[in-house]
Amino acid sequence: MAAQPETVEQVRAVTEQKYKYGFTTDIESDVAPKGLNEDIVRFISAKKNEPEWLLDWRLKAFRVWQTMEEPQWAAVSFPPIDYQDAHYYAAPKKKDGPKSLDEVDPELLATYAKLGIPLREQEILAGVEGSEGKSPAIAVDAVFDSVSVATTFKAKLEEMGIIFCAISEAVQKHPDLVKKYLGSVVPYTDNFYATLNCAVFTDGSFVYIPKGVRCPMELSTYFRINQANTGQFERTLIIADAGSYVSYLEGCTAPQRDENQLHAAVVELVAMDDATIKYSTVQNWYPGNAEGVGGIYNFVTKRGACRGRNSKISWTQVETGSAITWKYPSCILQGDNSVGEFYSVAITNNFQQADTGTKMIHIGKNTRSTIVSKGISAGKAQQTYRGLVKILPKAEGARNHTQCDSLLIGDQCGAHTVPYIESRNRSARVEHEATTAKISEDQLFYCRQRGIAEEDAVSLIVNGFCKEVLKELPMEFAVEAQKLVGISLEGSVG
Amino acid sequence: MIEIKNLHATVDGKEILKGVDLTIRPGEVHAIMGPNGAGKSTMSYVLAGRDGYEVTEGSVTYYGKDLLALEPEERAAEGVFLAFQYPVEIPGVANTTFLKTAANAIRKHRGEKELDAMQFLKLLREKTKALNMTDDMLKRAVNVGFSGGEKKRNETLQMAVLEPKFAILDETDSGLDIDALKIVAEGVNALRSPERSMLVITHYQRLLDYIVPDYVHVLSAGRIVKSGGKELALELEKNGYRDFGASEAA
Amino acid sequence: MTALHPMTYSTRGADPTTAPALLAPLDRVAGDLPGAGLSWLRDLRAQGRERFAAVGLPTIKNESWRYTNLRDLAKLSFQPAGAAQSSFDLLPTVRPEGEDGPRLVFVDGRFRADLSSTDGLPPGVELLSLAAALTSHGDLLAEHLGRLAAADDRPLVALNSAYLADGPFLRVPAGVQVERPVELVFASVGSDAAATAFHPRTLILVEAGAKAVVVEHHVGRGAGTTLANHVAEIVVGEGATLHHYKSQREARGAIHLSHIAATVATGGHYDNFILTTGARLSRNEVVSRLDGTEARTHVSGGYLARGNQHADTTTLIVHAQPNGTSREVYKGVIDDTARAVFQGKITVCPGAQKTDGYQLNRALLLSDSAEIDSKPELEIHADDVKCSHGCTAGELDDNALFYLRARGIDLETARGLLIGAFLAESLEEIAEPSIRDAFQGIVAGWLEEQR
Repeated sequence: MAAQPETVEQVRAVTEQKYKYGFTTDIESDVAPKGLNEDIVRFISAKKNEPEWLLDWRLKAFRVWQTMEEPQWAAVSFPPIDYQDAHYYAAPKKKDGPKSLDEVDPELLATYAKLGIPLREQEILAGVEGSEGKSPAIAVDAVFDSVSVATTFKAKLEEMGIIFCAISEAVQKHPDLVKKYLGSVVPYTDNFYATLNCAVFTDGSFVYIPKGVRCPMELSTYFRINQANTGQFERTLIIADAGSYVSYLEGCTAPQRDENQLHAAVVELVAMDDATIKYSTVQNWYPGNAEGVGGIYNFVTKRGACRGRNSKISWTQVETGSAITWKYPSCILQGDNSVGEFYSVAITNNFQQADTGTKMIHIGKNTRSTIVSKGISAGKAQQTYRGLVKILPKAEGARNHTQCDSLLIGDQCGAHTVPYIESRNRSARVEHEATTAKISEDQLFYCRQRGIAEEDAVSLIVNGFCKEVLKELPMEFAVEAQKLVGISLEGSVG
Repeated sequence: MIEIKNLHATVDGKEILKGVDLTIRPGEVHAIMGPNGAGKSTMSYVLAGRDGYEVTEGSVTYYGKDLLALEPEERAAEGVFLAFQYPVEIPGVANTTFLKTAANAIRKHRGEKELDAMQFLKLLREKTKALNMTDDMLKRAVNVGFSGGEKKRNETLQMAVLEPKFAILDETDSGLDIDALKIVAEGVNALRSPERSMLVITHYQRLLDYIVPDYVHVLSAGRIVKSGGKELALELEKNGYRDFGASEAA
Repeated sequence: MTALHPMTYSTRGADPTTAPALLAPLDRVAGDLPGAGLSWLRDLRAQGRERFAAVGLPTIKNESWRYTNLRDLAKLSFQPAGAAQSSFDLLPTVRPEGEDGPRLVFVDGRFRADLSSTDGLPPGVELLSLAAALTSHGDLLAEHLGRLAAADDRPLVALNSAYLADGPFLRVPAGVQVERPVELVFASVGSDAAATAFHPRTLILVEAGAKAVVVEHHVGRGAGTTLANHVAEIVVGEGATLHHYKSQREARGAIHLSHIAATVATGGHYDNFILTTGARLSRNEVVSRLDGTEARTHVSGGYLARGNQHADTTTLIVHAQPNGTSREVYKGVIDDTARAVFQGKITVCPGAQKTDGYQLNRALLLSDSAEIDSKPELEIHADDVKCSHGCTAGELDDNALFYLRARGIDLETARGLLIGAFLAESLEEIAEPSIRDAFQGIVAGWLEEQR
C-alpha cells in the first residue's frame, strides 16, 4: 500500500516549511578574489599573520589536494563543483580584532540575536518544560563566514586554565599546542575535502582543557555562512588533557541562496587518559528549496582520537539541513578501555541527500563503541547510513553494538543502510542490527483517536523514534532539536 | 444523544455492517454482543473514523452533528473515545507526554485553557491512584512492554483523563485475568455518569457481570438482530449465538 | 525505475592488464567450441571476450570486491582443460545408498555421459548437457543465455560467456513436479603441470506451477591449481518452486568463482542454500530477483573456512514487485588464518510495496588470526516495507563451553557441539530433511577433520 494521502500531505507540509534562518546580513566584508591557487593560500595565511610552519603545512596540503580526486563511493550525486568559482576568504570588515563584545559590530550582534545565539554573557533561561531554575551558562564562539567574531566567557574559563578561542587566535597565543595537535588526527593527506580544508581553512574554534579540569559550562561554536559565493572551511581542534571533561556544541545556519555553497570543515578531537569529550551538533544549514535549488554542500571530516586509557569520545548529531551531507564522525579507540559513541538523527526532505554515519576503529584492549542511528527520509530525499566498525587484532575484548533504524515517509524517497563490519579478533563481539519501516498507520490512528491532529501525531511518533539519540543532547539543545524534528507542525496546526 | 441509522460499512470492498440502527441517550450503557466476525470491531472503528472503513449508507448523528463527516481527532475532541482491543505501542513517546498532548489538544478544541506540566501531573496523579497504576507506567513509552492488563488499565486511565461523552469499549476484557478485569471494570464504573454514554463491545457475558449495561444488543452478520435488558446477556451465555444464525466460533 | 546508485556493481577499478592471461587459452580452444554455426552464440562469446578484454579482473578498488583480492589469480597462466578421463569410484550424492536418480556429471567443465543418468525423471522433463542442448534446444537457449547474467558490469560473467561451451541444462515443463533431487556434480581434476581453468554455464528453467529440487556438488581431486568460473541462469516461472542446494568442497588448490542469477515470477519461490567448505579462494554470488508479485526467495548458507582459505559470499536480493518476501540466514565459522567475507544486499525498488525482507549473518571466529568482513546492506526505495538485517561476529560462548565441560565433555567435543549448534540455525533453512542431513554430514566431517 502506498502512503496514505494524509501522510503525503504531511510530507508536503514538511517540504514547504519555511527555512527560518534564511535571511542575509548586510555587512561590509573583506573578500578574497575568486579562485584557488597558491597565492590565495598565501593570502589567507598572511591575513591571519600565520607563522612560517603553518603556511608550509597549508602549501603542502594544497599540492597534495591538486593530485586528489573527489571521493566517489558515497550515494550522493551532484553536478561537478568548480573550485575556482568561489571565494576562499570572506570576513566582516574591521579595523582590529574586537577586544570585547562591546566592540563587535552591532549588525553582527543583531544577527546572532535573531538566530537565538546568546553573545551576551548572561545566564540564559532554558525554555525547558518543567525546569524551575536557570540552566548553566554557555560559552559561545561565533564564526561568521571565515572568521570568529566573538567568544564569550573567555575570562571566566581562563581562570581554570581552559583555553577557548578562535583557532586563528590560538595560532598566535598557543602555537606549541596548535603545532603539536593540528593534523594529528586528520592528516593533511586524509581525503579530498579535508585536504582542501588544510590548505584554505580560515577560522574555527580551539579548546584545551587542562589536566583534571571539568569544564563548568557547555562550550559552543555557532557557524554562520553569510557571504554569497563563498565556501566555509572551518577547523576545530579540541584537546582534553588527562582526567578532564568537556561538552561542546556546534550549530550551523546559512542564508537562503540559489547557488550551492560548499562547507568543508575538519574537526579533530584528542582525548588523553581518563578524559571525556562530548561533541554535539545540530546541523541546520540551508537545505535548498522544495525544488532542490540551492543549499549547502556539507562535506565534513570529523574524527576523534581516544589516545589515553579510559578515554571517551561521544558524538551526537542532529542533521536536518544541507542539500548534501557527507559526514562520518569517527573514533579511533587507541587507549585501552576507551569508549566511542555515535548517536545520530538525520532527516532528509525534498531533494536533500545525506550519506552519513561513523567509523569506530578498535585498536586498544577492551575498547567499546555504541552506534545508534535514526534516519528519516521524506519527499524525494535519499539517505544512506554508512558506517565502519573495524576490530584490529590487538583489540582483545572489544565490543560494538550498532542499531540503525530508518523511517520512510512517502513512496518517493529512499533509505539505505551500508555497514562495514571487519573483525580480526575472536574475543571481540560485534553486533549490528538495522530496520527500515514506515510510520505505522496503527500508531497514527491511535494518536488521532486521542484527539491529536495528524501532523502533531507524526511529530510525536518521529520524536519517539529519535528519542534514544535526542536524550544524548545537552538539555538546551534537546529542546531545540525536538522542535526541529517536529518543525512540520508549525504552520500546519490551527 | 447518539443516533445510528441504517449504517452500512465495507472493509476492502466487503460489506461488514449491513444496516445497524441504534440510539444511545446520555448516561446509558449499551452492550453489543455477538459472535466473531459479526462486525463488532468494525462498528467501533467506523464510529472512531479509521481509514479503510468505508461507510456506504446510513448516518450517525452525534449530539446534532454528522459524526461521519469529522476527522478522527475531531471526533475525539467532541468526546468520542475508543478503548482499543489491541492498544498500540508507540516507542520513545512517554505515556505522560502522550496523554498531555492529547488532553491539551482536546481542551484547546473545547476552548478551555491548556494545562501546564505541573497542573497536568497533578491531574494525572489523581486519576492513576484509582487505577492502581504506578508512576513508572506513566514514564514508560506508550504501551511499550506493558502486559495485557497494564495496557487495558492504561486505556481506562486515558478515558479518565480525556473525560469523553461517549466511550466505546472494544473487547476490553480480552486478554485479562479475573483480577485485572475487576480493576479495569471498577475504573470504568467510576466513570459512569448521567452525561456519559458507553458502548461496551464484548464476545463474552463475563465482562457484563462487572460493567452492568442498561441494554444489550446482539450483532450478527452486520445487523442488530435482538435487543433487550441485561438479562439478554445471560440468555446468550446459556444458549450461545446459534439462535442468531451464527455458529459458535472460538 | 529511477537510477539506483551505481556504487556496488560497476566495473570501476577492474584491471584490463589481467585480461590476456585469462583469455590466452581461448585462442587454442575457440575452434573446438560447440555450436559454431549458431550466430547468436558467436555473438554472445564475442561480446563476452570483448568486454573482458576491455575491463579485466575486478580489483579491491571496486566496492563489491573490496574484501576479495584476485591478484593471485592474475599472476597465473592457464591452460584449457583437457579431456578428463579420470574414473570415479564414488560420486557424491545426497541419495540414500542404493537409490539412483537423475544426475549430470562434469569433470573439469566437460560433460561425462558415462557417469550421468536421467533415471527417475517424469516425462517431459529435460536434463542434458548444454553442449547437446545447443543442437536440440537452440532457440530456447538463444532466448535465455546471457539474459539474466549480464556481462557488461560483471567481468567474470563476461569471461564465462567468452568460453561458453558446456554445463547442465534442466527444463521442467509447466505443472510437472520432480520428486527426486536432480544432482549436478562438478569435479575439478586439473593437472599438476599447469593451472587449469574452466567456465561451466548452467541453465535451469522451471516453468509455471512446476517444482524441482537441484543439488550441486563441487568436488576436487588432485593438487593442481584449478579455476572454476561458474555462471548459472535460473528462471522460476509463475507459481513454480525451485529448491537449489549447493555444496562446494573443492580441493585446497582450487579457486571457485560462481555467479548465480535467478528471476522469480509471480507467486514463484526460489530457495538457495550454499555450504562452503572447500577451495583456497571462493566467491559465491547469488542474485535473486523477485520480478513478479507475491514471490518469495530464501537465500541462505554456511561458510566454514580454515587454514589460509578465503570464502566470500555476496548476495543481492532485488524486490522489483510488490508483496515479495525474502529471507536470508548465513552462518560462518572461521579458523586459523582464514578469512570470510559476507556481503548481502537487499534492494527494494520503487513501487515494491509490502516487501518483507529479512537477513541475518553471524560469524564465529575460532582463532586469533581469523577474520570476518561483513557488509549487510539495505537499499530501500519504497515506504510500505518491513526490512531488517542483523549481523554479529564473536567467539564461542565461554559459559556454554564451561557448562558442557563441567558435565564431563572434553573441550574439543564441546567446541564441536557448540559449533554444530551454531550452524544448525542456517541448515534448518533447507526444506528437505534428507538433504539437510547430508549437508549436516558434511559439516560433521569438517569438524572431525579439525580434531
